[in-house]
Amino acid sequence: MQSSAFMTRKELIGFLILAALIFIVFPVALDNFRLNLFGKYLTYAFVAVGLALCWGAGGILSLGQGVFFGLGGYCMAMFLKLEASTPENTAIQSTPGIPDFMDWNQLKELPWWWEPFYSLPIALAAVVAVPVIFAFIIGVAMFTRRVGGVYFAIITQAFAAIMTILIIGQQGYTGGVNGITDLRTLMGWDIRTDEAKTILYFVNGALLFVVLLVAQYVRKSKLGRLLIAMRDQEDRVRFSGYNVANFKIFIFCLGAAFAGIGGAMFTLQVGFMSPTLVGIVPSIEMVIFCAVGGRLSILGAVYGALLVNWAKTSLSESFPELWLLGLGALFIAVVMFFPNGLAGVWSEKIEPRLLALFNQKKPSRPTPDGAPAE
Amino acid sequence: MSDGFSENNSKGVNRRAVLAGGTALTASLFMPKNLRAQDFATADINTTGLAVTDDTVTIGILHSVTGTMAISETGSVQAEKLAISQINEQGGILGRKIEYIQEDGASDWPTFAEKARKLLVNDKVASVMGCWTSASRKAVLPVFEQHNGFLYYPTFYEGLEQSPNVIYTGQEATQQIIAGLDWVNQTKGAKSFYLLGSDYIWPRTSNKIARKHIENFMEGCEVVGEEYYPLGHTQFNSVINKIRLRKPDVIYAIVVGGSNVAFYKQLKAAGIDPTEEGPIVLTISVTEDEIRGIGGENIEGAYACMKYFQSLENENNIAFVKAFKEMWGEDIVIGDVTQAAYLGPWLWKAAVEKAGSFDVDKVREASPGIELTTAPEGYVKIHENHHLWSKTRVGRAQADGQYEVVFETAELVEPDPFPEGYQ
Repeated sequence: MQSSAFMTRKELIGFLILAALIFIVFPVALDNFRLNLFGKYLTYAFVAVGLALCWGAGGILSLGQGVFFGLGGYCMAMFLKLEASTPENTAIQSTPGIPDFMDWNQLKELPWWWEPFYSLPIALAAVVAVPVIFAFIIGVAMFTRRVGGVYFAIITQAFAAIMTILIIGQQGYTGGVNGITDLRTLMGWDIRTDEAKTILYFVNGALLFVVLLVAQYVRKSKLGRLLIAMRDQEDRVRFSGYNVANFKIFIFCLGAAFAGIGGAMFTLQVGFMSPTLVGIVPSIEMVIFCAVGGRLSILGAVYGALLVNWAKTSLSESFPELWLLGLGALFIAVVMFFPNGLAGVWSEKIEPRLLALFNQKKPSRPTPDGAPAE
Repeated sequence: MSDGFSENNSKGVNRRAVLAGGTALTASLFMPKNLRAQDFATADINTTGLAVTDDTVTIGILHSVTGTMAISETGSVQAEKLAISQINEQGGILGRKIEYIQEDGASDWPTFAEKARKLLVNDKVASVMGCWTSASRKAVLPVFEQHNGFLYYPTFYEGLEQSPNVIYTGQEATQQIIAGLDWVNQTKGAKSFYLLGSDYIWPRTSNKIARKHIENFMEGCEVVGEEYYPLGHTQFNSVINKIRLRKPDVIYAIVVGGSNVAFYKQLKAAGIDPTEEGPIVLTISVTEDEIRGIGGENIEGAYACMKYFQSLENENNIAFVKAFKEMWGEDIVIGDVTQAAYLGPWLWKAAVEKAGSFDVDKVREASPGIELTTAPEGYVKIHENHHLWSKTRVGRAQADGQYEVVFETAELVEPDPFPEGYQ
C-alpha cells in the first residue's frame, strides 16, 4: 500500500481493529442506551487523542483540556439552545424568545455575542475556532516565554479553574452552574430520539477517525519527529535552528481543536453542557484516560477513554457507594504495573507472543518492515 | 377503579387509627387496607411495559452517594428507603412489593442524565425518587420528558418550573420565603433587610422574590444590601463589616454548603450573636443537617424558615422520627429535605392506588388532589401544578442542633411556581 510511510502495517491493523469495534461490534452488541453511552465515552477520546499528541509526543502536559472541550461544547449548546428557545416554546417567560436561564436572571434581550449562534455554520466554525484561538493565546503567552513542564501544567489547571468560575459567575449569560440544558433539535431534527442518537454515534465515530488520521499524519510527519526530539532534548532542537515555541503552539492548538470537536459531539449526544465538564476534575480525568491508554499511542488513548469510562459506569451501577474506590484501584494498578498503559501492555506483552506464534507457523517470513520503533 | 377511593381510605381509616393510638403505630398509620395482587392483573395495571411483575414493582432511587453532594443527599436516600420498607410491610402497592434500583449521580450532572436514562430505558422503573440540586434536576428533566418517566423531587427550590413528569415534594421559593418575611416583620417589627447568598440560581431567585415582597408588599420596609458569594466561599469578613455599617434589622442569609460553616463562625466572631437578635439572622438554607456541620453553638438563636423541623410535635412526626432512628441510628438528624423525600414513595403509592394503575399517564392524571394525612409535616395535598400545599414554619436554632418551632402558618400555603408580581 502506498500508505507505508504514513502507516505501518501493524498500525493499519490497529486502525482496522478499532474501526471494526466502533462501527460493527459496538452497534451490533449493544442496545441503544449502551451505544449512546459508548458514544459519550468516545467524545472523551477526542480529548485523549489530542493529549497523546501534546503530552505523549510533545511532552506538553496540559491539565486544562476540559476548557477546550467545554468551549466546543458550549458553542454547540448555544446554537441548540437558541433553536429550542422559540417564542412559542418560551411563552411562559417574562421575555419570550430568549433562553430560559436568561429570563430567570432578568435579562431582557439576548446579549450581542449570542447573536452569531443563530447560524449553524458559524456555530460549527466556532466549535473549532474558539478553542483554537484560546489555545493560541495561551500558547503564545506561555511558550514564547519558554514556560514549560510543571509550570505549564499548573497554569493550564488555573485556566480550568478560572473558566469554571467565569461560567458559574456569569449565569445570566452562560446558564451558571446548571449549564445549558433542555436542548432539543438541530435544524428541526430531534436529537433526543433513539434513531438520532444512533446516527450521532456513527457521525461521532467517523469524526473520531478523521481526528485519528490527522493525528497519525502529524506523528509520521517531520513535525511529529521534531516533537519527539523536543520532548527529549528541547535545547538541542532549538540550537539546531528550529523555533521550538511555534511547534509547541501548533500542537497545543491542534489538541484544543480535537477537544472542541469532542465537546460539540458530547453536547449533541448527551443533550446539555455544564461547567462540571470544564473544571479541574474533568481535565485531570482526561489526562487519566490518556495515561491509562498509554500516552505514547493515539489508539491507546481511545481505548483508555473507553475503558475508564466503561469501568466508571459499570462499577457505579454495581456498587453505588463504593465504586470510586474501585476506579482508584484501577488507576493505581495501571500506573504501578503498566506505566505505558494499555498500549504498553499490548506492545510489550501481547504482541511479541502473537508475533512469535505467527513466526512459528511461517518461519521463513522476516518480521515486518523496520519502521522506527516508538 | 372507583375514583378517589384512596383519599377516602387514607383519611377515614388513618384518623381513626391515630385517635385509637394503636400499638402497631406505623403499620396502622399508613393505609392498612389490604390490596391483594390477584385483584389487579398485571396486564391491566401496566400497559406500557414498566417493570411490574405479579408480585413486585421496581422504582429507581437516583441521588449522589459520592462526591460533594453526598453529605446532603444521603438523608433523602435513607428517607426513601424507609418509606419503601414501610409500604412493603403493609403489603406494598396494589399487592406488589416495591423493589428499588439505586443509582449514584456522583454529584455530577451528566452522570445524573446518564443514570436517569438507564433507569427509564433499561430498567423500565415505574417511578424515580431522586435528584437534589437544581442542576441535577435540569439535567434529567429532558430525559424524563422524552421517556415519560415520573420523578419525585424532594428539595426546596427556586420554582419557575412545572413539568408534567415531576412531582415537587419540597417547597417552591414563595412558599418558603413570604410567610417568614411577614412573620419577622409583624412579630419582631423588622424593617430593613440585608440579603446575601451563594451565587447560583436558587439563592438569586429566592432573594429576588424576597426583595419584591419586601419592597412591594411590606409597608415601610427596605432592602439595604444584596450580595452573592461563589459556592465554597469562606471569607465573609467584608460583608460582615458592611452589615455592621448599615445596621439592618434582619440578615437574610441563603448561604449553602460548606460556606455556611465559615459564615456563621465569622458572624459570631465579629460579635453578631444571633441570640441577641440585633440584627436577627433569618435563613432558608440551614436545616438540621447543615447545623451538624456548623455546630449548634455557632448558629444558636438564628431563625430558619422551612416546612418541616425534626422537633415538630405531632403523632405522625414522632412515629417517623422513631422509625427513622431505628433504621439508620440514634445519632441521625432529619432535615426539611429528608422529610420531603420521605413523602415521595407515599404520594406515589396514593396516586397509583387512586389511578388503579402504574401507567405514568394515569398516575399523573390521578396526582393532583392526592392528600396525605400521614405526612410527618402534617397534612399535605398535591396541587394542579404538581407542587405540594404545605405549611410554612419558622424555627429557632438551639445549641443542641435542633430547631424550636416558634411559628407556623394557620393554613396550608398554596404553591405558586410562577409568582405574578415577583418576576
